[in-house]
Amino acid sequence: MFLDYLYAAGFAIAGFIFLLLALWVGALVQPKDPSGRKLTTYECGEIPVGQPWSQFNIRFYVFALSFVIFDIETIFLVPWAVVFKDVGVVGYVEMAVFVSVLLLGLAYAWRKGALKWAL
Amino acid sequence: MNWSELLSAPLAFKMLAAAAVVFAIGAVALKNVFHCALSLAAMFFALSGVFVLLDADFLAVVQILVYVGAIVVLMIFAIVLTERITSASVRQTNYLVIPGVLLCIALLAGLVSVIRASSWPSLESGPQQDTIKIIGRQLLSTHVEAFEVASVLLLAALVGAVFLGKEITRK
Repeated sequence: MFLDYLYAAGFAIAGFIFLLLALWVGALVQPKDPSGRKLTTYECGEIPVGQPWSQFNIRFYVFALSFVIFDIETIFLVPWAVVFKDVGVVGYVEMAVFVSVLLLGLAYAWRKGALKWAL
Repeated sequence: MNWSELLSAPLAFKMLAAAAVVFAIGAVALKNVFHCALSLAAMFFALSGVFVLLDADFLAVVQILVYVGAIVVLMIFAIVLTERITSASVRQTNYLVIPGVLLCIALLAGLVSVIRASSWPSLESGPQQDTIKIIGRQLLSTHVEAFEVASVLLLAALVGAVFLGKEITRK
């Protein structure tokens, strides 16, 4: 168990070091000449339009809410998948009931047009 | 539980718990509402570390996945969806501060008395190896009713989200 944590911590630390290293090497080699258009916001080469804080489409929120619900479904799926071979048909039926109840919700969302990107 | 046990808790636990408290205060006290959301995310990370120290590895992962990955993202969505709230610094004063503090003290006193009164059975066998397997078996046998009720709860939340979306877009 301790080794598993060490493994996860190793990933976290390596990721952090990778980030710092990339920034540090970048700072070493890049020419510094802050002037003119270089000081504008980078928007993939386009000339930036409007304020940096723009109001997002409210449609995103419904998708985010649905994401949270299916995220939680995934959390329930993982322990079931780990013991899938042990629990057998009973566990399969139990999970089928669980998923079908949520599918009902997805069908409702679909039927009501909540999945459509209507502006 | 007594205070000497609290003092002998591992240093990592104390640091994570202190970090969680500091970030929790930041989440309610910072001026910029976006910084509040980030502070909340940091608090959830610290809490996840606490769960790791308590040998609840699955709960720690769930904490990051659901709370940092979904709940805080949802909050940030709510912030960026709200017009002109991100740049404005919000006044963090509350007219109900005195009743709030009194209520919190009462809650804390109640929790401490319950914690101190109850006996805490300690695991003889030490930390479990495959916590996720144990959780999986318990979920599908002992706690199967709660598991199925959870799906109905999620269904209700999904229907609520769809309804809310219909109401918002109609306006």
